[in-house]
Amino acid sequence: MPENSVSADLQTGSDKMVEWTDFERDTIKDIFSRIKYDVVGPAAFARCLVVYPWTQRYFGGFGNLYNAAAIKGNPMVSKHGTTIIHGLDRAVKNLDDIENTYTELSVLHSEKLHVDPDNFKLLADCLTIVVAAQLGKEFTGEVQAAFQKFLAVVVSSLGRQYH
Amino acid sequence: MSLSDKDKSAVKALWSKINKSADVIGDDAVSRMIVVYPQTKTYFAHWPDLTPGSIHIKAHGKKVMGGIALAVSKIDDLKAGLSDLSEQHAFKLRVDPANFKILNHCIMVVISSMFPKDFTPEAHVSLDKFLSAVALALAEKYR
Repeated sequence: MPENSVSADLQTGSDKMVEWTDFERDTIKDIFSRIKYDVVGPAAFARCLVVYPWTQRYFGGFGNLYNAAAIKGNPMVSKHGTTIIHGLDRAVKNLDDIENTYTELSVLHSEKLHVDPDNFKLLADCLTIVVAAQLGKEFTGEVQAAFQKFLAVVVSSLGRQYH
Repeated sequence: MSLSDKDKSAVKALWSKINKSADVIGDDAVSRMIVVYPQTKTYFAHWPDLTPGSIHIKAHGKKVMGGIALAVSKIDDLKAGLSDLSEQHAFKLRVDPANFKILNHCIMVVISSMFPKDFTPEAHVSLDKFLSAVALALAEKYR
């Protein structure tokens, strides 16, 4: 399957902490304080299922995912989208230790859910698109860079426990 | 992942809504690419001014969107339609094709920020497929 995502790839060694500038910290916290969790989460997750339909493979129990309208109106999709964004919130609150914050989630996604970690990047790209739609002009290049760096750390941490 | 009739219609419909802003979109997308993916600056070392809003970036953004406009008009045969551009990219510019994906992403982020109501998931998937197909057509002559 050709690689689709352009979320920045991060290589964080186990002892190497991610360093955030003040601008990056402020920007990430600002974004999450401004977006509506119950709008952005469901929208990003639904968009991922539409734009990258193979991601539906993990949601066989979600009922009707037949087309974009069905996906958008599916209550299980909305619920899971909200769950995901609240999961991201934990990283926002623990910017200096995202890796450890996500250890259990990483094990869960690998051992129990068997999710190909490439999918995290696809969802990250959809989140970027949805946040851009929400923030409009204020989603400048610098803001995008900070947000994508944050998502890259999240994606890397979620993939860390895979073996 | 070839373009269905539905994809082509979706792309043309979206393009008709956004094409008046093509220059602005191109300017923002290229500026943004340089900021978010600094490694792309390596292709523009010959520009004296790489700050967002510079005349070089504006001109380049216009050029890129001109290419996209051409691609929309040749949507039924991108390989033939973009053949000259492919030659140029393969032999003269030699841009690593991984960067097409990066610029495509930036273009879509800009469209999403400027046209949130129009850039629905349905429009997004068709545009993503189209831009991927454009990237493939551009890389056609590379080797």
